[in-house]
Amino acid sequence: MNINAIREQFPILHQEINGHPLVYLDSAASSQKPRSVIDAVNRYYELDNANVHRGVHTLGSRATDAYEGAREKVAAFLNAGAPEQIIFTRGTTTALNLVASSYARSVCKEGDEIVITPMEHHSNLIPWQQAAKATGATLKYIPLQPDGTISLEDVEKTITPNTKVVSVTYVSNVLGLINPIKEITEIAHRNGAVMVVDGAQSTPHMKVDVQALDVDFYAFSGHKMCGPTGIGALYGKKALLNKMEPIEFGGEMIDFVDLYESTWKEIPYRFEGGTPIIAGAVGLGAAIDFLQEIGLDEIDQHEKRLAAYAYEKLSAMDDITIYGPKQNRVGLITFNLDDVHPHDVATVLDSKGIAIRAGHHCCQPLMRWLNVSATARASFYLYNTEDDIDRLADALLQTKEFFGHAIG
Amino acid sequence: MQLDDLYRRVIMDHYKNPRNRGTMNEESVTINLNNPTCGDRISLQLQMEEGKVADAKFSGEGCSISMSSASMMTEAIKGKTFDEALSMAEKFSALMKGEPVEFDEYEELDALSGVNKFPARIKCATLAWNALRKGIEQQQE
Repeated sequence: MNINAIREQFPILHQEINGHPLVYLDSAASSQKPRSVIDAVNRYYELDNANVHRGVHTLGSRATDAYEGAREKVAAFLNAGAPEQIIFTRGTTTALNLVASSYARSVCKEGDEIVITPMEHHSNLIPWQQAAKATGATLKYIPLQPDGTISLEDVEKTITPNTKVVSVTYVSNVLGLINPIKEITEIAHRNGAVMVVDGAQSTPHMKVDVQALDVDFYAFSGHKMCGPTGIGALYGKKALLNKMEPIEFGGEMIDFVDLYESTWKEIPYRFEGGTPIIAGAVGLGAAIDFLQEIGLDEIDQHEKRLAAYAYEKLSAMDDITIYGPKQNRVGLITFNLDDVHPHDVATVLDSKGIAIRAGHHCCQPLMRWLNVSATARASFYLYNTEDDIDRLADALLQTKEFFGHAIG
Repeated sequence: MQLDDLYRRVIMDHYKNPRNRGTMNEESVTINLNNPTCGDRISLQLQMEEGKVADAKFSGEGCSISMSSASMMTEAIKGKTFDEALSMAEKFSALMKGEPVEFDEYEELDALSGVNKFPARIKCATLAWNALRKGIEQQQE
């Protein structure tokens, strides 16, 4: 993997921020975009733009081909089988809300259970809270081990024959750990529950095979994997999608409309009411091409190397706390300096051209579990280098000095 | 971008030695506010007497900017009438927009003027003032 050649393809990286070369360490929030993705979106608008699935004219056909071509790319990327099992959404949040609002609300009743974990992002937590409230189902949590991981023993204890839905993130956006999705799915299925996976932090970074995992639903976002904002997808098994009612109604999703009754198109269209995110889907398709050309295994290994390097470098510092397990980490590291608030850390780093995230990372329950109000997080992607991590570590030392001096 | 513009000595002093941090036993109004984007929390206690803020205390969690701003604000508003306190809150909003205002009543607040050059941090500085506004509005209703 030639990092310099990869970095060359990301125009945004080649600029100075506050007088320093940019070090972008916030890809877990949103990744940067390569030239090929930016060009694909522009080309679509310059040459092919029209509405999809209705134009008789040539541009209408081209736009439809581009949009449906992107769906095929997503299906192949996740090894999802039939492309109609891919529903385009605005992102992970919309995809998970669709499952919670349509599937969960139709199958759950009082006495049933929905099982999640305390490490979930708000987008994989609140939809289930709301579905539980609306149906009278009980929301249950698989407890976390002291290092933040979940044990299969606890999974076995939490999921029961009353469980209808289990929803777990593949990769934690705070703890940087990978959950045993295949094993949890097997336990969910044995109890008659469907398995939903939040793939926002896994899809950009590692090979995902939804059929091998045997999950029932899988949600992810395009903007974290070199694609545009505003596009993501939900994979769902055909048999389940066919049973689900749409939650948005309007153009594009209907079969026949009468004054008092209407019927819906087949899947996936019945879940894509309104003019879809065509240019976004085209951009996502280009992002998938880009990632596959480099190779997901290569990207995965590169990020794990960076994570190990960052862990070693940061854990050697004094007065720092690193959250999450040491082993089996993806390319992100969440931490706090003992006497400096993470906002202050992020501001000082920004003044040195280094972009990190500070806050609760949309994981307030997990922050309470960690007994902190906020943390700092540096996250890596294919365009980051060990040099970036050296600059992070140096800047953290300077931050400590700055505040030590100011406070001391 | 100069860090020293943001983290002035006065600010760090209030962060390190916050004034009026804690809780009071006297009859008072408590306002709890969060900054949902970043997790900062403030709990502001105001003792109101005869149209005045007789005393103020705060507790909570946050960065140097939000906590020092709360510390300065509580110092600044003690003994002020509701109208005076609200007009200081207005003035503070203007300060955050980069307008040239000065706090003759409590000059240390001027130290927070650098925050306006750090747009992501303005919400940190205004959290305590928003709690003050809310408290006085509640009292006046």
